[in-house]
Formats: sequence, C-alpha cells, structure tokens
Amino acid sequence: MILTLSWLKKHLKTPANLNKIIDKLTNIGLEVENIKNVNNASELFKIAKVVKVEKHPNADKLKICDVLVSKDEIKKVVCGADNVRPDLYTVHASPGAIIPKSKLKLKIAKIRGVESFGMLCSESELNISNESAGIIDLKKNSNDVGKSFFRDKDEKIVEISVTPNRPDCLGIRGIARDLSAAGLGSLIDIKKISFKQKKPQNIKVSISKDRGQGCLSFGSCLIKNIKNTESPKWLKDKIISLGLKPISAIVDITNYVMFDLNRPLHAYDADKIDNEIIVRNSRKNETFDALDEKKYNLEGGMCVITDRSGVLGLGGVIGGKRSGTELETKNIFLESAYFLPSSVRKTSKALNIDTDAKFRFERGIDPNSIEEGLKVATDLILNICGGEASKFQITGKKNFNKKKIELSLNKFKKTIGFSITANETKKILLALGFKIKTKKSSLTLEIPSWRPDINQEIDIIEELIRIKGFDKIETIAPNKIRERETLTFPQRLFHLSQRAISNQGYLEAITWSFTDKKIDTLFNPGEKPLTILNPISTDLDVLRRSIFSNLIYYLKKNQDRGYQDISIFEIGPTFYGKNPGEQEIVIGGLRSGKFNKKSWSEKTRGVDVFDVKADVLQCLKELGLNEKQFNVNADSKNYYHPGRSGSVVKENKTLAFFGEIHPTIISKMDLKEKNIYGFEIYLNNIPLQEKKLRLLKGNFKVSDFQKSERDFAFILNKDYKVGNLKNLIRDVNPSVIKFVSIFDVFEGENLPDGKKSVAINVTIQSDEKTLSDNDLNQICKSIIKIVQQKTGGSIRS
Amino acid sequence: MSELDKINKNFVEKLNKIKTKEDLQNLKSEFLGKNGFVTNEFKKMSQFNLDQKKEFSIQLNEIKNSINENLSNKLKEIEKDEINKKLSDEKIDITLPIRSQQEGKIHPVSQVIDEISSIFSEIGYSVAEGPDVETEHNNFTALNTPEDHPARDMHDTFYLEKNKRILLRTHTSPVQIRTMQKGKPPFKIIAPGRTYRCDSDQTHAPMFHQLEGLHVDKEITMAHLKGCLNYFIQEFFEIKNIKMRFRPSHFPFTEPSAEVDIGYRIENDKIFIGDGDKWLEILGCGMVHPNVLKNSNIDANKYQGFAFGMGIDRLAMLKYGINDLRSFLKLISDG
Repeated sequence: MILTLSWLKKHLKTPANLNKIIDKLTNIGLEVENIKNVNNASELFKIAKVVKVEKHPNADKLKICDVLVSKDEIKKVVCGADNVRPDLYTVHASPGAIIPKSKLKLKIAKIRGVESFGMLCSESELNISNESAGIIDLKKNSNDVGKSFFRDKDEKIVEISVTPNRPDCLGIRGIARDLSAAGLGSLIDIKKISFKQKKPQNIKVSISKDRGQGCLSFGSCLIKNIKNTESPKWLKDKIISLGLKPISAIVDITNYVMFDLNRPLHAYDADKIDNEIIVRNSRKNETFDALDEKKYNLEGGMCVITDRSGVLGLGGVIGGKRSGTELETKNIFLESAYFLPSSVRKTSKALNIDTDAKFRFERGIDPNSIEEGLKVATDLILNICGGEASKFQITGKKNFNKKKIELSLNKFKKTIGFSITANETKKILLALGFKIKTKKSSLTLEIPSWRPDINQEIDIIEELIRIKGFDKIETIAPNKIRERETLTFPQRLFHLSQRAISNQGYLEAITWSFTDKKIDTLFNPGEKPLTILNPISTDLDVLRRSIFSNLIYYLKKNQDRGYQDISIFEIGPTFYGKNPGEQEIVIGGLRSGKFNKKSWSEKTRGVDVFDVKADVLQCLKELGLNEKQFNVNADSKNYYHPGRSGSVVKENKTLAFFGEIHPTIISKMDLKEKNIYGFEIYLNNIPLQEKKLRLLKGNFKVSDFQKSERDFAFILNKDYKVGNLKNLIRDVNPSVIKFVSIFDVFEGENLPDGKKSVAINVTIQSDEKTLSDNDLNQICKSIIKIVQQKTGGSIRS
Repeated sequence: MSELDKINKNFVEKLNKIKTKEDLQNLKSEFLGKNGFVTNEFKKMSQFNLDQKKEFSIQLNEIKNSINENLSNKLKEIEKDEINKKLSDEKIDITLPIRSQQEGKIHPVSQVIDEISSIFSEIGYSVAEGPDVETEHNNFTALNTPEDHPARDMHDTFYLEKNKRILLRTHTSPVQIRTMQKGKPPFKIIAPGRTYRCDSDQTHAPMFHQLEGLHVDKEITMAHLKGCLNYFIQEFFEIKNIKMRFRPSHFPFTEPSAEVDIGYRIENDKIFIGDGDKWLEILGCGMVHPNVLKNSNIDANKYQGFAFGMGIDRLAMLKYGINDLRSFLKLISDG
C-alpha cells in the first residue's frame, strides 16, 4: 500500500510531520518498507516554451528548436515531433534527467551533427499516458516557464507492508483512522455529497441463486451523457503517485476511490451491455476476454458478471474488454459490489490473475461501503465528465449485520501482563470505529464492518496493545529452572555422531532435502522416486532417498574447482515414502583422493576402505557401542564396490554401510578424482537406550598388575574373515584377554595355495594377580586350540 | 711445601686441563692407581712411627678424598658437557608444520542450532522435533490458517500429492501442533529444523532452517514472551542491553503477534549489531491463538502462552558475518 502525506491529510487532521507519521505507522503494525520520491530528480523536468523552429540541416524529420527553459535562458534542442511549433508550451528535460519510461539518463549529445541540450518530452516518455504521437501540449502561459513540471516535487511516497488481516488499511482512510486512534490527529469526516439523481437505474440487474454464489450484493448507477476525458492534473498526480498510469477520467476515478476508501468499483460502457446484467456462476468452457489482453477459459462455478451475450467480467477480479470504457464512451454503468473473499480467491487462483481489486476483495471489503463508493465516484464523474446520474440500485443484500463481541475488562492484563483503564480502552476502540455498550466488568462491542479480522475477544486485546504500544509491555526475565532434559536419546545421538565424524576430519555439509532424480536413482535403482509436484527446477525434483544423492554432487562441484582430497559429511533426513514420518536420520560421509596431504615428514597415500571403516567404528564407539556389540560383514549395497565394502550389523539391523563407491557411479557422475569411499550410519537403527549415556560405557577400571603380550601366527583359509578372530580370541577368556590386534596378513611366499598367514598380538592381564608363566601358557594353549577348532586353520611353527 | 701438597697441586693443575672421560680415567690411575702418586705415598707409611703414622694417614686420606671428590665432580661436568653437545647437535627446525591431517568442521548452521539450544536449555526448554513432510492440516489448518486464507500465499508451498494434502512444511510451527496433541500442558519446547518454500533467488533459498519456540502454561503473558526473547537475544549476540523492539505484525497462529527487531549500524561496510538507528527484523512471535490451542485439544480458557519462530540461517549469517550461506556448499577453501 502506498501513502503520500498530502493524500493522508485529506483524511487526517494532524500537525505531525512525515517522520513522526512513519515511526507511528511502524509502531502500530503498519510497517513502513520504503520511502521514495515520486520522480527522481524531478526538478530536471521543467515547463518550457518553444520560441523558434528550424529545419535540421542533415535530417528531414528533425527540427532544431530554440526553447525558453527559464525566464531568460534559451537553449537549442533537437526535436522530431510533428506538433512542435513556435509558442508551444511543453516539458523540457535537461541533461542529467532520467526519462521515466526508458530509465535512460540524458546527456548533451550531437544529433546528426547538431548539439541538443536535453529533449522535449511526450506524455508516454514521462509515463503519464500512452500518448506518444507528439510532445506534450500544455495550456500554460509565460509565467509558468521554468517551473518544475512535476508538482509536489518533495512529496515522498511511503510504501507500507499491510498484513493480510488488515484490508481496511488498503485504503488511505483506513490508515488515517489507525493513526488517529494512536493519537496522531483526528479523522476528518467525509464531506456530505449531494447531486441530482432523477431517473431510476434502468438496466436490469439480477443475482442468480446459483450454488455458492460469490456475489452477495451488487450496487449500480447509470451515468448518461458524460464526456470521458483525460484526468485533471490533481487526479493524474494521485494516480502517478500510486505507480499507476493515468488512462482516462473514468478509469482513474475508479482507481482513486479504490485506494482512497478501499472500495473497488468497476465502470462499464453502458451501451455495450446487452440488455441486462446477470451475476451468476460461470459455466464450464465459457471464455472471456479480460482487460489484461488475455483470453480466459473459465471453469464452472466462478462468479461472473454477464449480459445476454456472455461474460462481461470476473466478479471482484477483473473487467472484460467487450464492455470496457473508452474516451468516446458516453454512458457509464458503475458497479460497486460485495464479493465473497473465498470466491474471489478461488477464481483468481485458478486463472492466476492478480489485480488490485482481487487483492482487496480476497482480504475482505467493507460490505457496507457499497453506496458510499457509488456516491463518491459518481460525484467525481459528474464533476469531471459531466452527465446525469441515475438513482442508485442495490441488488441482493442491503444490510450486513455487524459482529458483537464481549470484552472482559481483565482480559487485557491476563494476556499482556499490565492493566489498562476502562476509559482508555473505550477511547482507543471508539477511535477505531467500534460501538461500545458499557457493562459492569465488560464491554459489549459492535465491530466495524470494515474489520473482517476481528472475530473474538483476543482480537480486541491485540487492537488495544497495538495502539497502546508494544514498548509498554514489561520484560519479565525467564527463570533458570530446568525440569526436563533438553535432549532425548536420539537427539543426543545426532549431536554425538555429528561431532565424532567431524573429529575424524570431515567437513559438514548441509544440502537440500530434495535432489536430482537422475542422481538419486543411482543410489536407489529400481525403486520409485519420491517426486515433488512443483519443484523449483527439474534437477531438484525428488525427495532424496539417500544421503549420498546431494553429497556426491557437491563432492563433484568441489573436485571441479580443483580440489581432489576431500572429506565431507552430512547428517539429516532421508526419505522412504511420501507420508509424514517416512524419513530417517542418516549420517553419511565421502572421502576422495589422498588421505593426507603432501608433507615434509610422510608419504601420501590414497584413502582406502579401512579409513571409512575406522570412521564408522569410531562413530559407533562414541555412540556407546563397542565392537563386541556388533558384527562387521561383507554385505553391502549395490552402489558400493562389491569387493571393497561392508556393513555393520547388530541383531539383524544394519547400523552402517561403508566402502568404495561403485566405479559405475563414479564414471556416470564424471568425477575427476575416482578414488572415492563413503559410509552411511543409520541412527534410527542404533538401539534406543533407556539408560543414561554415561551408564552405557563400562565402569572405568585399571588393573594394577603386570600385563603380558604374546604373538601368534595362524595359517588360515584364504577366504576366512579375519575380522571374526578378534572376538573369537577375546571370548577364550574375556576377563584377562584385554586386547587383540592383527599386525600382519599375507599370502603366497612359501604358503600353500588358498592359504594366508595372519599374525596376532594378544594382550593378557588379570585384574586380580600377576599371572605366572604357567597361567600364561594355559591361556595361550586355549587360544591356539580354539582358533584351530573354529577356523580349521593351524598355528604356524 | 710438603710432598703431599705438591701432589695435590700437581693433581689440580692436571685436572683443569682434562676434557674427556678417558683422560679423566688416566688421571685417576696416575694418582690413585696401583702405582699412583697417592698410592705410593701410602706405601711410605711403614717408615713412620705410630704417632707420625697417625698424622700422615689423616693428611693422606684428606688428599685422597679431595682427589676423589674432584674427579667425581669433573666427571659430572664432562657428562653434562657431552649431553649438551649432543642435544645441540640434535636441534631441528621447530617451525616446520605438523604432520598433515584432514581438519573437520561443523557447519555454521549446526553450530548456531547448538548455541541457540543451549541458551534455551538454560531456561528450561526441551528440544522437540517433527517430520519434514507434513499434512496440510498440521502446516496450515490447525495453525488457524484455513484454506482460503491469504496468509497461505505468503508461503509458496512444495506439494507431494495432487490433492495438496501432503506437503513439505513451510515453517517449524506444525511442531507446536504435534507437541500439544501428544502431550499434556505445560509445554516448554524449542524445535529447530529444515523448512521449505518454493521461491528461490539471491535472498531466498528453497530450503532454510527455522527454530520454533512454544511456552504454554496457566499464567504466561506477553511480558514473559518479551523477557524470554530479550534474554535469548542478549545471550545469542553476546551483547548486554542490546537494542530491541517489538513491532505489531500478523501471523494467523498468534494473537497479538509481533515481529522483533534489533538495532544495528553500518560502519565501513560492516554491520554492527546492538546499537545504532537502523532496525533489523530477526524473528516473529506472539501469544498462541486460542484457535490453535483448541485445535490441539488444549483448554484455551485454562491455558495460554506464547510462540516464536526464527530463521536460523539468517541468525548464523548475522552472528558470523556470512554474506551468502550457499557459499557453504562450496565447502573447501584455500588456507
């Protein structure tokens, strides 16, 4: 919504200056978004007089004019207009001016060899109208020469962001009313208007009884024998200040009333109406040529204004071309109606039309403003265009009941925290247009019909504190008491794993939850993608089913920027269905290139599967799971390299996958650095622990007794999974076997085919005593026996 | 000078010239060895009578002890010199970089979610969650935003189903509904999470993060709301007495509704938060609308409270001086 001080002052008697008004507007909920000038550098457009016109020596169509640009200053200006002639008063734009239409800045320039000081302007160039045939022909005299063409050159345009609950403030008068309630002046009564209205309005108007009829009331006036014309300057200025283009007096007047009183109107050329007006539901496949030069195919059930030949307009949305007014229009049929917000909204959404009228009707117009709108507009038309007005005709509902709300006087304190007196309450509400009946501990309020947003007691509280000022609300410091734990167990897992993986050297990425179907399918072949109906682009058209879908894309982006050695991770939702809740939290990471950078102290090496395996195990450890609680096996998903990947499983639930990313995916994605490993940990599969996290880890115990280490080498079958050995050996005597490490694995050399050698180091320590050689030998014998039994292998030498 | 004094003087002179352990050993043999000067003096003992013997042996032992002590001191000195020399030979350039390791980092948005959570944890809030895919009912209708409400236009919504019943949540407010529907008052929660709107340009991303807050109890007023947010803003920006204002606004799910601005100024193209004559909008809030309580089966006559919502990405950008969060998707930077 747009506001100028001069326009506001038509409705508000106030000594306040613009700055004070702007502050107040924001404080009462009418947020000022922007303040700008009507026309930047408007003083560069001046009224000037053409003194002499000569032919341009080098161009047939151009003329060189002597132009009086101020009382005693004549400049040479080149002009191509046909209507330029001596003694013509017109608008001269000096060098430096920015032409409103083209937004080009004028410079002193030679035109076909002759220097021109600025230019003479047409209405079109100044965005005043579409008239571009000649330069402006002003009816002025020599006293006006040198004056600024744009009046109100210091007038500021205030842009207000009106929230959708306040349709009344989409008119200047509504804003003035709010300001007056907030103590910034008094609302000026609308002056009594009277004009002769002899004949009845004789075009028949009917509102059909269709189901869901969107029009409740239709007011009309027939104005005959008018002379439609250009608007007078004051009206043009107003229309221009709204950012609109003046068209003709009739159109400008309806726009003016809409912005002045928030009362949309529509003017029809009465001679183009076929017999009668019928407001009814549209029929399927009816078509309509609208004023926006578009042809619309209507669905059934839209509220349309029709005559016997068809649709004339979409109620409350847009008028039609067939009955549009022109400068030649003689007789006007003026409409002032009430359309239901839901009807206007439905039609405009279906057809994707946005107009100022639609914007207002869908938020709710004062249903009791029909007659006032007709009155104000008709009066202006009679004054500017002449003619004779008919009596007003109101078809449909004549009176709209006003809502009543009971306001308990202690409700304000209960909600806001401090008291307001009954007197102040009444004063504010009266100024806002409420009618009040006082009771002992409450007020019975009649709600003004222009306030569709006020429906219950709490809405009145909002009005009171809004006008009183939010700065009056106390600040009660919060208590620092915590009665519940901040995080649940799964939330804690989220944080712990995020930190664990970051500590492993990964950068956290936050990517979008939607992704490119083509990439997503690489990680979920054969399953149905989760399509978004209205994606922002075709490459972000599905919900991600894998944490890798976006991560690999950003890995590629970074590789393309010249980085090869990258470790990135993301923790967030992946989706497995379109219903709410069909999502799970996954933490996934990708490593590419070298594990370490070139360094003075070490050689570099490529990332390998044991890096990502370590990342997974370390993360699980941080989440309270030790290696005894899960198994690592070679099963994995088909987007991993089948020979270099695995999974971590606990009780039939997969906790994680890890491994080399499948070479097919790497080549399909066209990744430059092809050594890429990844992992995914499914946090939802981590068993929920009722216990506190600190209780998950075993008691911290240190043995005081001597530890011993023993090495073993076993010959095992080549395909034996060495990972099992650790738990196997530990289980021989868990109370004293503290640690098992595998320090060498090799095949070939002098080993038989199909065999491998595995060297193991076992740390043995008792919590109770120093173990004797005999004890140790017993334990070692048991280890050898069990390993040989369970693996079918043999001890070496 | 007696014979013994000569021996001692001779020893001290020689000792001072010794540089190595080997020479020191030789010196020791020269004086204390089988045929050493001191040993030879002991051999003279048989020439003396008892009294002389006594006298002589005292002197001789004194000299022997003194020599021993000097030798041992000299040995320590030589060893110390040797170690110092060895260490000085082992000197390396300590300014060389450490062995390379990949450095992990938490995303600034995650960082800020943690910071905000711990601030609210301090004053008794728990963290709640809800799904990213929501029903139209939870996202709009239950939040007092019926189907033909123009406020729905302010949320450009991603839909997953043709009938528009299933969507990507446009704000974290549906978590209010889920929390209240499944629990009993009082409620005191914050809910950070991903939110989605299908407009994208330099200032709007199709996905962003919000944090919802809800406090419902019997006597919670707007003064508590103001106190809570004032506390949060001071803690978050780490500025005491930060300039803050509540400005009336409109959200369908709160009444009265307010937007909260903080003061700032710009100096040398840098933004300074906390004072100055410009205002920056940072969050929206208000008293929970009675219709929202009713829609969640809470008795609106008995319970009341406030809710707030803030854009986390923006807060992260403000606090850490980040111009465009999308630059974080270009993760790696030099240096």
